[in-house]
Amino acid sequence: MNIHIPTPLRAYTDKQETVSIPGATVAEGLAALVAAHPALQQHLFTSEGKLRSFVNVYLNDDDVRWLPAGQATAVSPGDELSIIPSIAGGCSKEPSI
Amino acid sequence: MTLKLSNPLYRELRAHGEETYPHECCGILLGSADGSEITVQRLLRAGNTRTDSAHNRYNIAPQELISAQREARQAGLEIVGFYHSHPDHPAQWSATDFAEAHWLGCAYVITAVEQGRATVTNSFLLAGTREEDKSFRPQSIVLPSSAPHLDSD
Repeated sequence: MNIHIPTPLRAYTDKQETVSIPGATVAEGLAALVAAHPALQQHLFTSEGKLRSFVNVYLNDDDVRWLPAGQATAVSPGDELSIIPSIAGGCSKEPSI
Repeated sequence: MTLKLSNPLYRELRAHGEETYPHECCGILLGSADGSEITVQRLLRAGNTRTDSAHNRYNIAPQELISAQREARQAGLEIVGFYHSHPDHPAQWSATDFAEAHWLGCAYVITAVEQGRATVTNSFLLAGTREEDKSFRPQSIVLPSSAPHLDSD
């Protein structure tokens, strides 16, 4: 599968925007990605090994969190996995500077 | 690191904030970055999914980010930042902005919109190498110098 890497994490994939990784499931793909680029581990996963809450992983156009099998969802070689940190905010609280 | 914008793009992101007032607008900046400068070459308006609290919160749907990332890839660009507005609030990052900022190395542009009119626009670089040491640093917005104004009087 191809895994698309967001701009901030390309520093840890030798500047690659897209990484081709083997794997039969989403979880296997993510594990293979981290095995190939170990510095990604702390950016994608908590110390307990769970995907960080602000990291979205999409299999093609589907949020993996909402797929029935989650990260155990099977993937085929032509599938695309996108890693997308969330974007949010707003002026709901006073500036902290 | 400075943020370089064309005048039309600068006007566009400010106008977006005026159009959505009193709600927050948001969008994605595509371009390129080197060690000292982020250059914005394309601006993508995004919808604010926080319809429950759009006057003081914004959120961009991940699907829009994936589309933006795809568009950037096809154009040989990358996502280099984001913008949003602060209706009747200073153009300074808030605690919420900071807590929910995760794109290290990217620009976060904020425009204050007072009574429907865009006033101050500031940009902040999300510096750091990981969540635990991230910080917002003010960065200069560089616009092409305007053509000399010739007064006919």
